Amino acid sequence: MIDTNVSLSRWPFRRLANDETPALVAALRAIGVTQAWAGSFDALLHRDVAAVNARLADECRRHGAGFLVPFGAVNLRLPDWEEDLRRCHEDHRMPGVRLHPNYHGYGLDDPDFARLLRMAAERGLVVQVALKMEDERTHHPLVRVPPVDSAPLLKLLPAVAGLRLVVLNGLRDVRDAALEGLAKAGAAFDIAMLEGVGGLGRVVAKVGAAPLLFGSHSPFFVFESAVLKLRESGIEGDAARAILGENARRLISISPRQKE
Amino acid sequence: MTTRREFLLGVAGGLAGCAGQVVRDSSPPRIWDLHCHLSGVPGATTQERVEFLFGCADRLGIERLCLLWGSAFSAPDPTEDDLRRNNDEVFRAVEIGKGRILGFVYLNPNRGEYSLRELDRCVRDGPLVGVKLWVARRCSDRELDPIIRRAGELKAVIYQHTWLKTTGNMPGESTPFDIVELAARHPDVPLICGHAGGDWERGIRAIRRSRNLSLEIAGGDPGAGAVEMAVRELGAERVIYGSDVGGRTFASQLGRILGAALPEAERRLVLGENLRRLMRPLLTAKGIDDRY
Repeated sequence: MIDTNVSLSRWPFRRLANDETPALVAALRAIGVTQAWAGSFDALLHRDVAAVNARLADECRRHGAGFLVPFGAVNLRLPDWEEDLRRCHEDHRMPGVRLHPNYHGYGLDDPDFARLLRMAAERGLVVQVALKMEDERTHHPLVRVPPVDSAPLLKLLPAVAGLRLVVLNGLRDVRDAALEGLAKAGAAFDIAMLEGVGGLGRVVAKVGAAPLLFGSHSPFFVFESAVLKLRESGIEGDAARAILGENARRLISISPRQKE
Repeated sequence: MTTRREFLLGVAGGLAGCAGQVVRDSSPPRIWDLHCHLSGVPGATTQERVEFLFGCADRLGIERLCLLWGSAFSAPDPTEDDLRRNNDEVFRAVEIGKGRILGFVYLNPNRGEYSLRELDRCVRDGPLVGVKLWVARRCSDRELDPIIRRAGELKAVIYQHTWLKTTGNMPGESTPFDIVELAARHPDVPLICGHAGGDWERGIRAIRRSRNLSLEIAGGDPGAGAVEMAVRELGAERVIYGSDVGGRTFASQLGRILGAALPEAERRLVLGENLRRLMRPLLTAKGIDDRY
């Protein structure tokens, strides 16, 4: 099982049960996860993103080599963000990056976002875009962050050759025609924020299993909440295998850099 | 005997093949879900919607479902016709469910006299066993008192929606602070504070001293630590599982309880024993067996 949506370090507003990397790794392994794609909570608010990414890479190496796969952050509102992208790829040998447009203050219609997508595609990096981290109704009153509008992706995806884009924490808001359009355009989605009774089965019926990745949003969310979605919808066999690992494996394995 | 990990993984376990610490339960927990709706559930008829719910619930081992309203997402201030239509649909669902669905009557304190009549029709004289109050009027308002008194006499379980939203509440939407006021005026009537107040870190603290208030975990994101904090601050006897399907998955909400770091005995209280304890007087009076 590959969990494509975990985060290391500290959630800014509360301590979490598994916010020490060894504890998180142990918990994920115990429940059957074989690989976890990890970003860092520090990336939300810290401005020294280069240090955040270096710590993330080191933490993954020390506590979960071969298990934790680091996805560094790029903040498009910081000067010289291009260098962070380069370091993620060349220095830290990361297979992808994770973006937090709402915490960093831009929309997906921002020209720099399109530029990052092109640069990432040229480097063979997977781009994870987190549409949100938390329900806006429960944000800390001093840090209210609007959700990200995914609509610009519909035009951007076909325009960037070779792009592999994963929408994280998006399936509560991206639905129906928008979901079908983005899936058709090649976006993948993790299931951490998918809601609605029998929701996973209904999404599979709409867009198939191919665009779906298992993601728990651990340790911020309870891991069990994600894995039970397959059970609730009776997802088994090929569809389950695809969602639980094969889709993610395929996505990451076609990164040219990773093949080297 | 099924282990908790095996139960959780179901599909995934066979694929992952990963060794883990196994905790053996002596028997599966009896899971009662306090908070279900037919709105948002696929199906063209009540029958189809109920069957869809049962299919999902079966796969997760959920024994009984409390139905807090029907298939139409209610207006904030429902008319008498709205209420009656909704409650009639809950009647039908209870009938279809053959004992598996426990129905709640949806009331509007802005229509006090009608709500009292509807309470009698549905609970005293009908098959429903609880009261659902939503966002028509903040529950600290004294207009609610006749409803609470009457529901208390009938031993109906009383569920009040609450939220504390950073984005701002709806005009008639109650907060945990509102239900604390209501609970203080009716100290002998058990009340349920819905959604853990949404912002559960404040909601739990707000109701901590109100001993006749239970807390329902439902309808929020499955944030880690909520159930543990609720049990730590309120005691496991005051915490109740609910999902808020069809808007939510059963999975995300049930996962909050199954994934919480709790002793198994406390987990069982949250998953169903507390709700059965609250419901038992009326279920017994109505001759409803709490074993499905």
